Amino acid sequence: MSTPVQAQEGRVPGARTQGAPAGRGRGGRLGLRPGRRRLVVQPLAVLAALGLFALWVATGEITGTASALLTPATVVSLTLEHLELTLVAAVVVLLIGIPLGIFLTRPRTRRLAGPVVLVANFGQAAPAIGLVVLLAIWLGAQFSTAVVALVAYGVLPVLAGTITGLQGVDQRLVEAGRGMGMTTGAVLRRVELPLAVPVMLSGVRTALVLLVGTATLAAFINGGGLGELITTGITLDDTLLLASGAALVALLALLVDWAGRVVEEVARPRGL
Amino acid sequence: MPDSTASAGPLDGHRPDGVSGAAIDLVGVTKSYPGQGGAAVDRISLQIPAGEIVMLVGPSGCGKTTTLKMINRLIEPTSGTITIDGRDVLSLDGDELRRQIGYVIQAGGLFPHMSVATNVGIVPGMLRWEKKRIAERTDELLELVGLDPAKYRDRYPGELSGGQQQRVGVARALAADPPVLLMDEPFGAVDPITRQRLQDELLRIQDELRKTIVCVTHDFDEAVKLGDRIVVLGEGARVVQYDTPAQVLAHPADPFVEDFVGSGAALKALTLTRVGELEALQETTTARVGDAVADVVARARAVGDAAAVVLDDRGRPQRWPWLRQLQAEGDVVLDRVEDVLSVDRRATLNAALDAMLGSRYGGVVVTGKNDVYEGVLFLQTAIDAVATTRGGSGDDGPVPVAGNDEDAARALAGEGAS
Ligand SMILES: Nc1ncnc2c1ncn2[C@@H]1O[C@H](COP(=O)(O)OP(=O)(O)OP(=O)(O)O)[C@@H](O)[C@H]1O
Ligand SMILES: [Mg+2]
Repeated sequence: MSTPVQAQEGRVPGARTQGAPAGRGRGGRLGLRPGRRRLVVQPLAVLAALGLFALWVATGEITGTASALLTPATVVSLTLEHLELTLVAAVVVLLIGIPLGIFLTRPRTRRLAGPVVLVANFGQAAPAIGLVVLLAIWLGAQFSTAVVALVAYGVLPVLAGTITGLQGVDQRLVEAGRGMGMTTGAVLRRVELPLAVPVMLSGVRTALVLLVGTATLAAFINGGGLGELITTGITLDDTLLLASGAALVALLALLVDWAGRVVEEVARPRGL
Repeated sequence: MPDSTASAGPLDGHRPDGVSGAAIDLVGVTKSYPGQGGAAVDRISLQIPAGEIVMLVGPSGCGKTTTLKMINRLIEPTSGTITIDGRDVLSLDGDELRRQIGYVIQAGGLFPHMSVATNVGIVPGMLRWEKKRIAERTDELLELVGLDPAKYRDRYPGELSGGQQQRVGVARALAADPPVLLMDEPFGAVDPITRQRLQDELLRIQDELRKTIVCVTHDFDEAVKLGDRIVVLGEGARVVQYDTPAQVLAHPADPFVEDFVGSGAALKALTLTRVGELEALQETTTARVGDAVADVVARARAVGDAAAVVLDDRGRPQRWPWLRQLQAEGDVVLDRVEDVLSVDRRATLNAALDAMLGSRYGGVVVTGKNDVYEGVLFLQTAIDAVATTRGGSGDDGPVPVAGNDEDAARALAGEGAS
């Protein structure tokens, strides 16, 4: 009888599938929640590793081709090439993956989502090196061929992320939007996409990391990038060079992953 | 972008008698889903008068939601006509139509990534109101649904309780002052106490606005409490009974309705009477803070009262002490926190009786607008008043037409039933 009414007005169980911001503000020791602490630690660790690597190169224990290739200038220009490949491929991946994902979640075309994802899965399941070489035979060994191979390889996470993100939007919210007179386009733009953003972005980040790694293979078909350190290392049987190339790619992937996480954190709509 | 002047102007029901709702007529409306045996809604004809709350009740799957959604064309009828304010909704652009009809769903359906103010301002925004006007309207509406705008306008739905979300949902639906409000189990997701309060608030808002509200509910008690009329639907949205709550309770059309009404029809009928309608309020001695106790006691004794209601400077009841309690004090003071049992004049008799039974005086203090003191109500007078009210039949005007056959459809279409 005398229950305080205020306390009774609790949250609605299961009223929203999009999670409440329960974790917000519950800081760790650094005043950051665990996910955010990683945002600080990860780039610091990468920078530390890079510093150690540079120091080690500077000690001059390396000889021959390796020392010729491992100059700051070369490493930087190879890294830039690598990033260029990755970014060009990523842009194409986004241009294909996101609109396709949207298309495949519309009421009329929803049925096609399964089959298309299956095909995209083939792209990813195929051994990357095989894909690269086959495409090179077909299209010639060059930058653009490498991009095509990377796109085929990286489109799945973006497509899957977009589809999953959009499918995860509470249908009642879509209906609420329609019910208040939003056009289907407005519902997509103002309700569905913003709510799907977190999942979509994590798909994009996965794709980017994947692309950074796979871009290494471009060197096999004259596509450039950090892979050249590795191919040269293999040709000259120079383990140091090979290992350096692999380490640099790994560090770059970690940095890209970090950048992706930062974007996710910043772009997450407030209220989610 | 469709030109917003393309349709022939807004739906509007504003009338001199304060009714801002518009009449809705469904004539022989059918919805059949492909690949299903019978129609989900089978030739329903229903006349919904302007400014009334009409409750749709019936068993699960009987077509309540489908019927509701055909009114704003979230679901397109297979056949039949629906008019709002005399205009055929099927001739209007669906999106534009929906901007002129408030729509409330369970748990409010608020967009979690938009602030309360943004949520409320969506429809005015689509109607291209100026920013400033939208902001003013938002505050006004939050005020109307009992949320302090300064405190809540910038919050996100995830930072609100279920009841508060539902309130914002109602505010959002009312944003562009639509003549019609459609609600689908609006209070289904909140606990019973919150639901009571939200229902009371809806009635208060409706008192002020007089919209036409069509509301689906599972809860027959809710239908009785909120509805000016109740539509009891059977399978395929067959209209089993369309009548005032009092009539449905007193004369259920058939065993199906009887079953639906459940037991305790007489007790349920208590929720039909509002405290303010009883005309059984009594005066009692009141005192202001700072009054001399001796004066108050003298006044009370003179009229035979054994207690006095203490009001604050805005006339709101704060205490209801016995005289001998007062005599222990020099001046009348406020700072004894005693819960004064008060009910709003719009409270149901049911709620008032509940409060009276828990009161040491066998009565409650009744308040009106802004919680200002109006009088007191005692158990015995309430019972007497109920007895006399029950005697006379309610004046509910002509019962509007409803049904699922050709006669009802013809009557509604204005051809005149045979
Ligand atoms: N999109 C749809 N496709 C096919 N059948 C549907 C669809 N929506 C509803 N139905 C069917 O139409 C009938 C009426 O559904 P409706 O949602 O109107 O019921 P309701 O009275 O609102 O039920 P509840 O009280 O459970 O909400 C049901 O038998 C349902 O299965
Ligand atoms: Mg329903």
